[in-house]
Amino acid sequence: MTMTVAQSVLTVLAVVAATMLTRFLPFLIFPEGKTPPAAVTYLGTVLPYAVIGLLVVYCLKDAVFTAWHGLPELIAILFIVALHTWKKNTLLSIAGGTILYMILVQNFFR
Amino acid sequence: MKRKALRAAFPYTLPICVGFLFLGLSYGFLMRSQGFSFVYPLLMSLFIFAGSMEFVTVELLLSAFAPLHAFLLALMVNARHLFYGLSMLQKYKNTGWKKFYLIFGMCDESFSINCTVAPPEGVDRGWFMFFVTLLNHIYWVTGATAGALLGYVIHFDTTGIEFVMTALFVVMFLNQWEEAKDHRPALVGLGCSLACLLLFGSSGFIVPAMALIILSFLLTRKTFAQEVKAP
Repeated sequence: MTMTVAQSVLTVLAVVAATMLTRFLPFLIFPEGKTPPAAVTYLGTVLPYAVIGLLVVYCLKDAVFTAWHGLPELIAILFIVALHTWKKNTLLSIAGGTILYMILVQNFFR
Repeated sequence: MKRKALRAAFPYTLPICVGFLFLGLSYGFLMRSQGFSFVYPLLMSLFIFAGSMEFVTVELLLSAFAPLHAFLLALMVNARHLFYGLSMLQKYKNTGWKKFYLIFGMCDESFSINCTVAPPEGVDRGWFMFFVTLLNHIYWVTGATAGALLGYVIHFDTTGIEFVMTALFVVMFLNQWEEAKDHRPALVGLGCSLACLLLFGSSGFIVPAMALIILSFLLTRKTFAQEVKAP
């Protein structure tokens, strides 16, 4: 550790402040009683579907640029899609995909 | 009323419980392995409560002191919360004092449940969403703290355990795909993000991707708005 305790506390506080800003800002701009414009309400109905896609890509952002170009991730995701289509069990799909990925990166894609 | 809401909320948080305990354990374990006391993951998971940013913060704490850089990086990584907030303006309405906590604890997973799941008949919506958020918060703090405490006593190969987050979002994507009649919003999200990742690289793609997604939706609003029904 290179920081003093005070410095690390300040760093964590900066992260907390920024995180809270992103969470509270929309509610501060559009308080209750104030109706957001139609464009904003419309975005609210379509964005949730787009955001999950964004998060999937966000999780894979570094994998694409590694030596294997995301091959172990791709194998694990294809496995999740197949398993989820077959069993439709959220828990099983997450656990199965993660375990397969751990086996892959610990044994075959080092 | 509260007990009924808690009972209705709990099953929906179970997959998150496993995911958060897994991911929290590996996060706490990681912090301990870098020489931090368990107090760090305990307080960070409690007050930041944004998993990916907490992993990033471990790296920040290990490099030179630069609070402004940390602030800006957290803004970028967490800018997706702005999306969540816009989606939840209506749903969090009229929830009283709980609204403050609902916004404070609006992580990816709590958002995705509160956004897509309608509480069963006779269950108070405000309390349902409150317990979804609170349970997820408890799982995460428990996992992170337990992971750090485990780090004092055991050693095992956790390589690749972070993939649990990817798996979680992939499954959420598949579930949404199943539910939605119109797949275009999901494809817009995936396509714009991929394009921006290849164009801008991994450290700077989030903001352009969000801008491109919003722009695509606004430009095609007239055709979309008539066909896409509110969930």
